[in-house]
Amino acid sequence: MSDTAKMTLSRALNAGLRKALENDPKVLIMGEDVGKLGGVFRVTDGLQKDFGEHRVVDTPLAESGIVGTAIGLALRGYRPVCEIQFDGFVYPAFDQIVSQLAKMRYRSRGKLSLPVTIRIPCGGGIGAVEHHSESPEVLFAHTAGLRVVACAGAADAFAMIQQSISCDDPVIFFEPKRRYWDKGDVDVADGLASALPLDRAKVALEGSDVTLLSYGPLVRTSIEAAMAAKEDGRSVEVLDLRSLSPLDMETITASVRKTGRCVVAHEAPAYAGMGAEIAARVTEQCFYNLEAPVLRVGGFATPYPPSRLEDHYLPDLDRILDAVDRTFGW
Amino acid sequence: MDTGTAAAPPELIQLLTPEGERTDHPDYPLELSTEDIKDLYRDLVLVRRIDTEAIALQRQGELGIWASLLGQEAAQIGSGRALGPNDMAFPTYREHGVAWCRGIDPVQLLELYRGVSHGGWNPKDHRFHLYTIVIGSQTLHATGYAMGIQRDGTEEAVIVYFGDGATSQGDVNEAFVWASVFNTPTVFFCQNNQWAISEPLERQSRIPLYQRALGFGFPGIRVDGNDVLACYAVTKKAMRAAREGQGPTLIEAFTYRMGAHTTTDDPTRYRLASDLEAWKLKDPIERVRSYLVRNGQVAADFFAAIDEEAAKVGASFREACRTMPDPPPLAIFDHVYTEETPIIREERDQFAAYLDSFVDEEATR
Repeated sequence: MSDTAKMTLSRALNAGLRKALENDPKVLIMGEDVGKLGGVFRVTDGLQKDFGEHRVVDTPLAESGIVGTAIGLALRGYRPVCEIQFDGFVYPAFDQIVSQLAKMRYRSRGKLSLPVTIRIPCGGGIGAVEHHSESPEVLFAHTAGLRVVACAGAADAFAMIQQSISCDDPVIFFEPKRRYWDKGDVDVADGLASALPLDRAKVALEGSDVTLLSYGPLVRTSIEAAMAAKEDGRSVEVLDLRSLSPLDMETITASVRKTGRCVVAHEAPAYAGMGAEIAARVTEQCFYNLEAPVLRVGGFATPYPPSRLEDHYLPDLDRILDAVDRTFGW
Repeated sequence: MDTGTAAAPPELIQLLTPEGERTDHPDYPLELSTEDIKDLYRDLVLVRRIDTEAIALQRQGELGIWASLLGQEAAQIGSGRALGPNDMAFPTYREHGVAWCRGIDPVQLLELYRGVSHGGWNPKDHRFHLYTIVIGSQTLHATGYAMGIQRDGTEEAVIVYFGDGATSQGDVNEAFVWASVFNTPTVFFCQNNQWAISEPLERQSRIPLYQRALGFGFPGIRVDGNDVLACYAVTKKAMRAAREGQGPTLIEAFTYRMGAHTTTDDPTRYRLASDLEAWKLKDPIERVRSYLVRNGQVAADFFAAIDEEAAKVGASFREACRTMPDPPPLAIFDHVYTEETPIIREERDQFAAYLDSFVDEEATR
């Protein structure tokens, strides 16, 4: 049965969360303002009304407390979904995530698992004050034991949030906040059987001359860049990585071997970012296929700037195309 | 109200004086038979013996480090024996006495300190979580676990252990907030052993620790942490209250770390020998022995039999430690995720091949 509807990414997440709450009584949602308000981005809108205060919990205002108590609930057999209100507020919970959540399975030699999902609205481009526009994904991707994923569109948001919740590993789930209002087709009646596995990248746009890798908020920018490049006669293949840890090298290398060129774009600083890891691996695994070095487009090696400058900081269509052009100049 | 200062105690709940005299407290009536008290005595002696052996094993190079419970036996055995079979406990890394009460083979405690695993037991089997080393983190886990109990609607409670130093941690204060506003069945058991490595209690608090609870909105109690009977009675009551939906309690067990923080520490650099001597007079084991002797209901060979048992436990403990094998190198890669990820698989395979290359070399040599 198909029940496709056009909906925003935010609404798709809401629908995915609702499904998860319906399908498993152990699923809980917890965070600041997630109940009556429905979250500052309204991702959890209406869920407390329908599932009750015991399952959609407005917590005290302390991020370490949110994640720490979620760990305890998971040890008790629950599947908590924590909302961190903004990317820049996750750091008070960093110790609980890195030292406790990520390592519990390893420490217990597989006897304990912590199926906790931590949703984090991430990235810039909304004109916010400081600490509201960050991209901390690589801090988590660097931490063994965590799965780190980023959705880019409504359909993936709907499927990936459910897959994350049902996953027995802890998942850090990044939501591209400036794309919350982007609309896409979502089949809400669809089971997850037909969905791409959570740890796989996908080809967002096929091409043959250069591989452009991206995730989260820059997938849309990358597709727009590819469209523009097409006018110049260049065929850009856009990959949406979706999972940053583990990383789907099979899909990445298949594309790079085909195109011979690779550009990675993300909002996070290029320095020691996901692009660096990908460039190293692509270079090692596709060395004889490469026509040019892997290039990175990212935020600068600076703190996130005041919002009046963020358009300069964030990689846009032109900066991505500039990197694409440079790979042809080698 | 007798508020005291952080270090100078106001009234403590006490049921057995340092001289071994049984006293009564109106809020904590306690009916224990001589047999029960003999059992507690046995627990105290055996866990002290295990601790002494572990320190020696560290000195002999068999353990990387050991965190001694010397002086805290009564706080741990008293509270540990007060738990019901379905209650859950979240320890620090020093709760060897509580582990004993939860039926954990002491040899399993050694795995962490010998460096062969990060935790040797299954927490679900014993309802005793893994040792937590980052100070105070487990208080949030315990409180979350207690939120789960509330949702399950069962009559269970959680006890979480931490020290005086931990009370300065944000996580502990956040756990107090959560437990209070959600009225969770959590008993916060703070062993105030007076020292956070080299820092005295005065560096953590200007008021007695148990009084912190008032500010969070739940009861706090200070108990003589060297009195196994008082620790038992106070914990029993707090756990019952938690199970019955009356919410959290903070128990401050006022005790003393008679040994070093760990085997790497040197307390002579920061505290007076006379303090230790004063606390030796309040020894948690001696007072139970005095009570049993005064009481006159123990057979002449009781104490000798316990000592003999302790010697046997010590010998098998030493032997088990010395013969504990190292894990195989490829165990590094186990249990990171539910399923092995491609990157870990690749690293495992490469490292296995690397190790194998030495085997070939040795074979052809």
